[in-house]
Parts: sequence; C-alpha cells; structure tokens
Amino acid sequence: MSVLPYLVAVWIFLVGAHGLATSRNLIHAVGCLAVCQSGTYVLLLAVGYREGATAPVYADLEPGSRPVVDPVVQALALTDVVVGATVTALLLALVMQIAKRHGTVDPDELSELRG
Amino acid sequence: MDDPAVVVALLLVAAAATTAVAVRDPVRQALVLAVLGLALAVLFTVLQAPDVALSQLAVGSALTPLLLLLSVRKVRRRQKQETKGEPE
Amino acid sequence: MNRRVRLLMVLAGGAGLAALLVAACLDMPGFGGDRHPYGDRAVHESLARRTANTIASVNFDQRAFDTLGEMTILFGAVLGTVVLLRQTRDERRAAPRPEDVAPPVRRYALAVLPVAVLTGLYVIAHGQLSPGGGFQGGVVAATALHLLYLGADYRALERIRPVGLYEVGDALAASAYLVLGLAGVLAGTAFLANTLLPYGTFNTLTSGGTVPLLNAAIGMEVACAVVVLLARFLDQAVEIEEESGT
Repeated sequence: MSVLPYLVAVWIFLVGAHGLATSRNLIHAVGCLAVCQSGTYVLLLAVGYREGATAPVYADLEPGSRPVVDPVVQALALTDVVVGATVTALLLALVMQIAKRHGTVDPDELSELRG
Repeated sequence: MDDPAVVVALLLVAAAATTAVAVRDPVRQALVLAVLGLALAVLFTVLQAPDVALSQLAVGSALTPLLLLLSVRKVRRRQKQETKGEPE
Repeated sequence: MNRRVRLLMVLAGGAGLAALLVAACLDMPGFGGDRHPYGDRAVHESLARRTANTIASVNFDQRAFDTLGEMTILFGAVLGTVVLLRQTRDERRAAPRPEDVAPPVRRYALAVLPVAVLTGLYVIAHGQLSPGGGFQGGVVAATALHLLYLGADYRALERIRPVGLYEVGDALAASAYLVLGLAGVLAGTAFLANTLLPYGTFNTLTSGGTVPLLNAAIGMEVACAVVVLLARFLDQAVEIEEESGT
C-alpha cells in the first residue's frame, strides 16, 4: 500500500494527458493541462511526506520536539501552483486569439484549416 | 500508510481528476476543476503541507475556474455574433 | 492522419509511459519514509537564520534564485497575456448593461470584501512565521477585490482598479526583488545571499533577514499580476466586441 500515492499521481497525470490528446475544445484542453499539473503536485508532496510528522512551521512548535515533513518539495509545489495559474491564463489568451482568427476552438477543424 | 484520511483524500482527488477530464463541456469542467482544487487542498492539508494547501485553495478553486469561465464566455459570445451576422 | 490512427498512437504511447511510470513508482522509497536528507538540512538552515516558517526560508533564502526564475515566468506570462488580449483596431468597447444583483448577494459580497482583502494582506505579512506568504496572500487579496464585481457592478470595479497602476506595481515589485538581490552583491557578498540584514529575534515579524522583504515583493507582484490578468479577461469577456461586418 505504500506506493498508492505515487500511483494516484501517475493516474492523474495520465488521465490529464489522455484528455489533452482527445479534447475537441481547446478551452477543455487547457483544463486537462491543469489536471496534469496537479498530478505533479501530488507526486512531490507524496515524496516529502514522513509518517507521524507535522508541518515544518516553527511558529508554535519547539524546534526538535517533533519530526517534520520535507519543506523543500513543499516550496517547489507552492510556487508552481501560482506560477502555473498565470501560465494557464497565457494559454487561454492564446485560445481566445485562435477563436478570433479562425472562428473555432476545435483542434481538428483548425488542422483542416491549415490544409 | 495507516492513515485513512490520506487514502480517502487521495481517492477523492483521483475521482475528481477523472471527472474533470471526462466532462467535455468546458463550463462544467470549470466547476469540476473547482471541486478538484478543493480536494487537492484537503489532501495537502492531510499531508501536512498547509502552505501548499492555501495556495491550491486560492488558485485551484477560484482563479483557474474563473479564468476558464471568462474564456468560455468570450468565445461563445463571438460565435453567437458570427451566427447572427451570417445570414446578411 | 485521421482520428482513429491518432487515438491508437496516443493509447500506445500512454500505455508505454504508464508502464515506465508504474515501474518507477514501485522502486521508489516507500510513502511516509523517514529519510529526507535535504529536508532535514533545510530545516537546520532555516532555524539557524531564525525563520520560523521553513518553507518561506527555502523559497526566499535558500532557493531565492530559483524563486527569481519563477517570478520571471510569472511576469513573462502576464506580459504575454496583456499583449495578446489588448484591444485591437477591429474591436470596439460596448459598455455592459448594469444588471440587478440580488440584495443578499450584494450585502454579503460587500461585507466579506474587506475581510477577504485584509486576510490576503495578513497572509502576505506573516509569510515568514506561519503558513502563507507572498504567493498565496497575493492571490487571495487580488481575487478578493473582485467580490466588488459581484456586490456592485463592473463599473464600480473599474473605478477602484486603475489597471495601469497595477501594471506599474507589477513591474516595480519585480524590480524590487532584483534590487534586493543586487544589494547583496554591492554589500560584498553574493546575489540574493541573505547576509545583508540582521536575522532578528526568532518568531517575530522582522526575523529572517531579507526573507520578509523578498516575501513582500513577491506578494505585491502576485497580487498585481492577478489583478491585471483578471482585468484583461473581464475586459474581453464583458466589454470588448468585434466590429460587425468585419
């Protein structure tokens, strides 16, 4: 059972990738990319978890009194959550431009347009 | 791995992620993504990562769905305009 | 290439990737294990520099250069969005019709608005002590401002939110981060090295040397970035229309 969190992370990533590949709407595809991203957060935090430990915040915790979970992976995930959202916004802006230029957001119709 | 809360949160996240991909309408997908953001925040809290949970709560359950919904509205409005303009 | 062939290729590639990833997972150290060499060292360093929230210490001290990179991605993404979503010559603005908001929604939104903005600022300010920090607080404060759109209407939001000012704030915050890094170089140490200011007393607002300052710069940057992003998206979704006949 000790690999369940890793497998869940892999599942989320693959499901998102599948949605990305089969999507018929670019806005939906961007949403699937957000799902893919959340798979990486689950993986990172699962790697850093320690059984019976608490959060690495010493505001009301005597240093050394209890084991804490790995703060490095948390810092990585935390910045990426926010930066990922702005990248999602950039992708959505691109989708709006595509809709304006070609009048459709279906990737299949778009590749037909290109000829 | 004996904490049932972690297992439940993990399964909840996996289910929400699968639903978010399976739902093909972007408006509904945005709502499911908000639920996914909430589930992830719960999971991160159980994994003792309150910082990441806070971040995920603000971004995943509010900002990203809002951006998606605004994009859908823009694209639909354009399509409506075009179908209205075509018969002329 | 038709849909069926493409779907088969996706499935084949996905199956291969899945097999490799699962094989990798089975070989990883078990979930919840006790060996975290980097984490233990990070905690040790953070306590040595009197930063109570280890994650803030990792972000704004030990890996401050990495955060500079993240901030650059954020800045670049916002810049790209602003350029892509600007009003072009074949578009015009149509003032949105004010719509009636149900009184309970209006009351609730206006009551929660100051609380939410204050919470965001609090989360930014206490980033080095308790869970939170510039990244999270910035998003909370910026999205909270948009409760005004729910509680009043779009025009009220536009009055309180001069987008140009927030764009300047975004750039200022990004340069403040750089300047704080360069100050280290001028003082004779290294870029973004946390040796400039005294570390202060553990568990107080000013503890941690440059951590609170970098944290505040990121908070301002993220808040301004999110306000600008949402403003551009709202503009596109509510106001800007294509000229008919083009």
